[in-house]
Amino acid sequence: MLFARDRAAVSTTFFSGVFPDATFSNHSMQKSDSLFADDAQRLKVVFVGHVDHGKSTLIGRIFYDTKSLPDGKVEQIQAACKEEAMEFEYAFLLDALLEEQEQNITIDTTQIQFKTEKRPYVIIDAPGHKEFLKNMITGAASADAAVLLIAANEGVREQSRRHGYLLSLLGIRQVVVAVNKMDLVDFSEDVFNSVVTEYKAFLSQIGLEARTFVPISARGGFNVAEHAAAQMPWYQGPTITDMLDQFESPKTLTELPLRFPVQDVYRFDERRIIAGRIESGTIKVGDRLVFSPNNKTSVVSSIERWNAPQTDSATVGESIGITLTEQIFVERGHVASHETETPIESNRFKANLFWMGKNPLRVGERYKLKLTTQELDCELVSVDRVIDASTLEAVAEKRDFVARNDVAEITIQTRAALVMDNHDRLPIMGRFIIVDNRHVAGGGIIFGGTYTDRTKIKSQNIFWSDGDVTAARRTLRNGHKGAVIWLTGLSGSGKSTVSRALERELFNLGMHTYILDGDNIRHGLNSNLGFSPEDREENIRRVAEVARLMADSGQIVITAFISPYRSDRRRAREIALEGGVDFIEVFIDAPLSVCEERDPKSLYKKARAGEIKEFTGISAPYEAPENPELTVHTDRQSLEETVASVIEYLRPQLKSDSEIEI
Amino acid sequence: MHLHPAYAGLYPAPPLDEPPAFFPEKISRADNEHLDALEAQSVFLIREAFHYFKNICMPWSMGKDSNVLIWLSKKAFCGHIPYPLLHIDTTYEFPEMLEYREWAVKQYGLNLIVKINEDARAGRGDYATRGPIGYDTTDPVTVTHELKTVALQQVMAEHKWDALITGIRRDEDPTRAKERYFSPRTKDFEWDYKDQPPEFWNQFTTSCAPGEHVRVQALLDWSERDIWMYIQREGIPIPKMYFARNGKDGNRYRFRSLGCWPISGPVESDADTIDKIIDELAITKTSERAGRAQDHHERNAMQKLRAKGFM
Repeated sequence: MLFARDRAAVSTTFFSGVFPDATFSNHSMQKSDSLFADDAQRLKVVFVGHVDHGKSTLIGRIFYDTKSLPDGKVEQIQAACKEEAMEFEYAFLLDALLEEQEQNITIDTTQIQFKTEKRPYVIIDAPGHKEFLKNMITGAASADAAVLLIAANEGVREQSRRHGYLLSLLGIRQVVVAVNKMDLVDFSEDVFNSVVTEYKAFLSQIGLEARTFVPISARGGFNVAEHAAAQMPWYQGPTITDMLDQFESPKTLTELPLRFPVQDVYRFDERRIIAGRIESGTIKVGDRLVFSPNNKTSVVSSIERWNAPQTDSATVGESIGITLTEQIFVERGHVASHETETPIESNRFKANLFWMGKNPLRVGERYKLKLTTQELDCELVSVDRVIDASTLEAVAEKRDFVARNDVAEITIQTRAALVMDNHDRLPIMGRFIIVDNRHVAGGGIIFGGTYTDRTKIKSQNIFWSDGDVTAARRTLRNGHKGAVIWLTGLSGSGKSTVSRALERELFNLGMHTYILDGDNIRHGLNSNLGFSPEDREENIRRVAEVARLMADSGQIVITAFISPYRSDRRRAREIALEGGVDFIEVFIDAPLSVCEERDPKSLYKKARAGEIKEFTGISAPYEAPENPELTVHTDRQSLEETVASVIEYLRPQLKSDSEIEI
Repeated sequence: MHLHPAYAGLYPAPPLDEPPAFFPEKISRADNEHLDALEAQSVFLIREAFHYFKNICMPWSMGKDSNVLIWLSKKAFCGHIPYPLLHIDTTYEFPEMLEYREWAVKQYGLNLIVKINEDARAGRGDYATRGPIGYDTTDPVTVTHELKTVALQQVMAEHKWDALITGIRRDEDPTRAKERYFSPRTKDFEWDYKDQPPEFWNQFTTSCAPGEHVRVQALLDWSERDIWMYIQREGIPIPKMYFARNGKDGNRYRFRSLGCWPISGPVESDADTIDKIIDELAITKTSERAGRAQDHHERNAMQKLRAKGFM
């Protein structure tokens, strides 16, 4: 059937609006049924090469030869040139900005489309000027294939090699080399062959194989779209457009293992939707997913799309939402995969990196690292090798920095576990960027698998500080604020269980955390206290003071005491707030009957028998919190769900300001 | 009934009960896959913007691209639009567009902020010495700057948005071709197109200094044809001025790009359905914004406007 809707069933409005909310459920949107199944996909091609070797001219010429320009564009630019007393050049078709025409170099990447008979193309023009590396990277990183230009009259230059190397680093394997300006060397086959020989030798060193070399003159249009039999009878190979048509469309990644980096968790209505884009593989309803790095698992309950057919699977490239059967804690940066093929988790790894930052990348300094939707603080552990991109030789001297425009092999350490793949296995999960003071300053690809030997991480005083060590500085180093999480609830409500699960979870998130409970307080610090009302009050006061000190030192302190009296808890809160520490009261709520049934230490039994006096809930009151920051119901929620809801509440509260800002 | 000047010439006001202009069309598999990819990338961008920027707004001109943006927002957030929309009203809006605005606000339940640079129109305040700004007194580049860009600056100063989700496309204009997905702007709205941050591997400039803002250009990769195919595929409501009507001279006309009425001209066209518009685009070689006078007022007018903060 056709890609069609039942228009008759669709209500119309004055503005011809068709609103799917009302009408969508019963009409079809079959994407695969089409009359034109053979239509070709668009291919993204980047043009790189040394400045002045003719990239813009070649692109302009391709546009002209494939008749992809709007009517009057050529005439308009010719007129403008006449006005300025300049000779018309095909490059002007692209270099639309006045500044570019004045400087005669391409400033930035541009993306424009053209069509051959075979398929449509998106052309990315990447400038070759040395200081514009970042623009070249921006353009080339999204390309499926590349055209690398070398001017025949100038031969292989530094940029020719550097760009070839960067293409290899960016993972672009389909490359055609256009040997341009053949008109300036009298269309000499010998000159062409010497360029080919020299550059082939270079490419083989970096494992890049050019599809072919084409001798051209962009200005004259020779071997661009038309064969130049008259000028270069010795060349019978394909033209540039022939070559473009031979490139393969981007490979599908459906066969690769599932990677679904979580972009956000939405709660616009009663549903909890985990949003993200599938970077590889396929998700089906009913799949059991593992979320790295905390390794929680749950089952896909539904795949959420708006105004699209309901299906029970989603595949690579799709921006979707999913819901889970069990509400585990998931947040942005987690990566879902199938249990059989999980990614690497490590906080230390090796990478090849290119650096574009104004300031060098230095060992021991802190940077922000982003990999898919993960964002972590990191430091450069070592510079293992700096590579001169034009000679491909390692720089002899040992360095502890990577300078602008350098390419280097490095070791990086992140503050918490990073989820990744080796770049050669799964490119999207194997590449990261480095942010230096808000600026995207470098990019790298990961190789060599896992480097998780934490015992060998040498301790470095990387945060030497001259001034006072303030709470803000502690927060900056720890990556989170200190806080007091005050659990309160009946005996048997689950305080200890929740506190331990919560501590483990926070610890795994790379946070500093510690539990204060009866076991470690009553036996030491408070061993002189009994259970009289005064002693109970003093017990809670001391706990509050200790918690405040520890929180001030940067810890997330979890306290697990019945703390039945509102006045005591109010006081604990005041103590924390006086110390400038956040106080988060969590009511561990379960009905008395449930607690009594659980009775893990048989305390209720003894209290009922009168063996314990003044037992909270039986013979002493429990004053439930009136306004806690959070209430969890351990009788209705699983432990996983309980902890998930606490973490979800805590995460934004604990964020350091720098994390929010950067 | 008072006839709006825009309709006094060739392009007549339409009867209010015109039939719907949407028709089912056969979209090829390749085109469908292409639209899927564009949609997924735009949704990804919109979600990134929503995650990184706490105070965000989506300018909405009511034009076709703008309405695609609304649609993509609902795609991103499962039917919700979790930020306000902004219409910069120049007071030179086509009456039909204002009717559409009213309708769409109700239909989508939009949180719409309408901003007019009242001082400029009235010639008071900062404009007291210059007098009122309008097409009858001032050149179109200045009017566009004062009634759109300056109005945007005023409303941004008020709401302190740190990001705007915009609907500009690379194929519209050479200066737009050079844009990034996340494009930072200075306090004075300046766009430093000579020194833009690198952008690759779907990592973006996701923060800015106080007072600055980031333009999130979620439709950057789309072409005019993509927009129409997507409107067709999804059934997205758009104003009817895009479709051809009988002119008083016997020819048929439609608008390809809509702006202020004194400077938006219709083009001769028989395309009264989306199918026909898509067919027309395949053979036309005039540029989309050819009918927009402010772009062509002087050489590099668009570049100057955009460097100063115009979308």
